[in-house]
Formats: sequence, C-alpha cells, structure tokens
Amino acid sequence: MRQAFIEELTLLAETNLNLFLIVGDLGYSVVEPFAERFPDRFLNAGVAEQNMTGLAAGLASCGFHVFTYSIANFPTLRCLEQIRNDVCYHNLPVTVVSVGGGMAYGNLGYSHHATEDLAVTLPLPNIRVIAPGDPFETRLATRELCKKPGPSYLRLGKAREPTIHAAIDGIKDLRTLQILQEGSDVMLVSTGGILEQVKAAAERLTQSGICAGYSSSPYLKPFDEAGLLSIALKTKIIISVEEHGVGGLSSLISETLHRNNMNTLFRCLKTQTENYKFVGSQKHLRAKHGLDEEHISSFAMTCLADLADAT
Amino acid sequence: MIYKAKASHIGGAFSVIDILTSLYLGNILKVSPDSPDAPDRDRLIFSKGHCTSALYAVLAMKGFFSKDLLERFGEDESLLLCHTSHHLPGVEFSTGSLGHGLSFATGCALAAKRLSRTWKTYAILSDGELNEGSTWEAIQSAAHLRLNNLVAVIDANRSQGLGNTDSVLKLTPLAGKFAAFNWDVIEIEGHDHEQILHATSIDRSEHDSPLCIIAHTTKGKGVNFMEGKLEWHYRSPNEKERDQALEQLSR
Repeated sequence: MRQAFIEELTLLAETNLNLFLIVGDLGYSVVEPFAERFPDRFLNAGVAEQNMTGLAAGLASCGFHVFTYSIANFPTLRCLEQIRNDVCYHNLPVTVVSVGGGMAYGNLGYSHHATEDLAVTLPLPNIRVIAPGDPFETRLATRELCKKPGPSYLRLGKAREPTIHAAIDGIKDLRTLQILQEGSDVMLVSTGGILEQVKAAAERLTQSGICAGYSSSPYLKPFDEAGLLSIALKTKIIISVEEHGVGGLSSLISETLHRNNMNTLFRCLKTQTENYKFVGSQKHLRAKHGLDEEHISSFAMTCLADLADAT
Repeated sequence: MIYKAKASHIGGAFSVIDILTSLYLGNILKVSPDSPDAPDRDRLIFSKGHCTSALYAVLAMKGFFSKDLLERFGEDESLLLCHTSHHLPGVEFSTGSLGHGLSFATGCALAAKRLSRTWKTYAILSDGELNEGSTWEAIQSAAHLRLNNLVAVIDANRSQGLGNTDSVLKLTPLAGKFAAFNWDVIEIEGHDHEQILHATSIDRSEHDSPLCIIAHTTKGKGVNFMEGKLEWHYRSPNEKERDQALEQLSR
C-alpha cells in the first residue's frame, strides 16, 4: 500500500504544485522518488512529530496541501493535539499518513502498532478518516484526498498487500461500503489491510455451504451509513473485522445500527488489550487476536449456529 | 474586558502588551485591517494564547474589528473567547494549549522561503511555555532550516503557573540555550518601545538563522499591586482594583 500511495502522490505532484510531503525521518526506500523529483516540496522534519504536524499546519495555512508521513502511531498519537488543534480546528489541508496500520510491524512490538489511531481521530472536527483495504483503494483514496484537500487521516497497511478488487475501474465510489461479495447469511465488513483475511474467511464459509459475503469500508469518516443499513436488511449477521481496538469500525457499526433501530445481529472482531504483550509476526498476532481467516470463519459459524438455536 | 468577564491572566497580558503595541501600532507588521488575509502579509503567531485580551485590544486599536466587540470578551456566543481564536479577523492561529505556536510559525516562514515570498513571521511565546518539548522541536527545526525570516519574541516575565520559571523548571541560561540551538539572540527591556521597535525591525536578509528576542518583562506591568505577583495569573480584579489599575495606567 505504501508503494501505491507514494507512486500516486508523486504522479499527482507533477500537476498539483501545492502538494508537499513531510516525513518524520522514516520512509527509507519509499519516499525517495518524491524527494528527488520535488526537493522544494519535500522535508524531513526529523524525529519530531509534534513539530512536523504544527509546521505542516503552518505550511497549509499558506496554500500548501501537506502530507505528513510516518509509521504506526507516531504521526497520530504522538502529536494528537497538533492534529486536533492546529490542523482540524483550523480546517487546514493536512493529510496525516500512517504506514503500518494495525499490527503490520509485527515483531517490532506494541510500540510500533497502530491499534488506537482510529478511535482518537474519528471524533475530531472536519477530518476525513480513510483506511484502504488494498492497493487499488489506496490509489483512489490518494487521488480523492488531493482533489479535495482538507484535514484527513490516511491509514495504510505496509507492503505487498494483495489487490482484492478485480480492477481499479470497478470501484465506482470509494466513499461507499465496497461490497465485494454479497451474503444473505453473514456479511463480513472490514476496514484496512485485514481485508485479505476477510476475503479468505468468506471463501471458507462459502465452501461450507454458507452464503457469506465480505466488504471493505475504506471511509470511516464520513461513514457510509446508508450502505450499512442496506446490508443490514439483506443479511442475518454482520461481523466487523478490524486490526484495531474498541472505538473504530465496530463502534461506528453498532452506533449506526442502534440509532436506526436495526435489530440485525451484529458481532465484532477486533484486537484485545490483553494480547498486546505477545510477540510475533503480523500473521501470528492476527491469529492471537482471532483476526485470521481461520478464526474469522469459525467465529461466523458459531454466530450462525447460535442464531439458529435462538430462533 | 478581564474585569467584566471575570477572566484570568491579566498579569501576562500586561507583560506582553508593549510588545504587541509596538509590533502592530508601531507598524512593524505589514498587515492591514482592510485585507486581513492578504497573501503576502506578515504573520504574527500569538502562542501564549491565555493572554489574548492584550492581543484583542491591540487588534481592535489597529482596526481589525470594532472596539465595542471587546466588551463582549468571554461572553456567551461572543467571538472573543478567553484564548486566542482565529475566528477573529487579524488572528492567524488559535492557541491556548502551550507549545503550538512556534511550529506553526516555522511552517509559515518555511512557506515564504519555498514560495520565494517576502513576508516575515513573528511568534510571541511565554517563557513558561519553553517547558514544552514541542517548542524545542520547533527551535531545532527553524534553525536547521535557516529561517532568517522568522522572529521569536519571548515574553520573559519569569513567572508561570505555580511560581518563578527557574523554580518550576530551570530555564536559565535562556539566551545561551537559544544560541546553542543556532539562533541569533538579542535581549531587550520588553516595556521599552524603542528597544522593541529596533529589535523587531533589524534587517535579517544577510543572516542565515532565525532571531530570538528575549524581552525582559514584568508580570502585571504598570499596576503596582499586580507587578510580579503570581496571583494575577489567576485573579480577576474586583471593581475597586479595576478602578485603581485604570487610574495607575492612565498616568
């Protein structure tokens, strides 16, 4: 995803002369194409995320659309107040980009995991929050952010995520819930790079004779409430899947369903704080948190069985 | 304003008022109430937002908005909240949480450099907010970027929330700290308009570092029962104190 992002940004910067990229001394072997092509619109702010973000707001107030780039929770939690006060409250065109959403940095440990970033950015004023599910969604998100600059948070995976959408042209409107497969028994709704596990889980369920669908919600703010309600009318169970703790997609879905008096069964899969102590690769940690294809599919089976027992 | 709103921070407003007056009414800043958003205007970032009553008063004097509006300081539905708000014409940046202003100012100064424009950026900081790590990130950054179009004025009244700056978190030697971070440093008497006007109008084009002006000031300046007294970081004057203060200030 990071490659898709930097390729798009570098391409867009050819014609959009306001694009400015600031990195927090991270992005080795990723950001060089932009830095070399546009040295006047690039800055390494050093390991100083608060200043990086405040400085970005200052640049943005003078006409630039600034992207700040770092990994995991560094460009969000470390400088949250600068995002809140300097960027969002002033409604300035700064896009915060985080690489390594969720546990993509695996065995680097909890310090390098972004598992609370959605919860803290979603309540901020004027912000758009986008967590693409595959490289195609990443490209479209980057284009949309450049087209309509404003306070925004782009939460990316890391590298080599598979493309899930068949083609980039097949994505009609990125702001809506991307239904990749319909499912009348269960609909898995995910956000971010966990989409690949969700797809695999849906395939497993389908092989077991269950009508299972899966979808991606790249936009978390604004959230596609209409899309969710339409899903709720067509399926027995909605299960959200995200590499993030409480306060992200699961909270958005439960609030939306509740506020609209929908009684479609809803369950969520997310990270649990008691598991943050474990060491492992992203694959291992996803399994630990019950977020790999095997756990997702067996959880869906259990939910369906419970529902059958209850009715 | 402060009496009516029963607001705090009159001490810090009186320590910074001469700096603001000199910059705005001494025509150091190239800003105009007729076009507050002119692209090439100078930028003043008021980082010690808790003392915004002083900024509001000077902006009204300059003509950015009506002086009548000052009467509504802190009132319900007023534009004049008790910290600096960009919703007012002439205000570049909302502050209140300390340690934000210098980074934003660094961004404005860098934008001028990258766009080959000539505006200057001034940031007014309290000495108390030099406790904030983010301020030191900005101090490193501005010097690294050789921003000779950036001036930081420190309102050095040596007083902060719970006491003297050196007793809370030792700040001295302040000039030496800025110099070690590759800034040029000038120390002035922060209530002497001539010194302020001189320091803030120095031609910096031949320098390659930002300028820090340490303005030595007195909290509560001009009112004998407020000068140097920590309680005026919090207290609002009662009617009698207000009248006494006004009488002393009008001398």
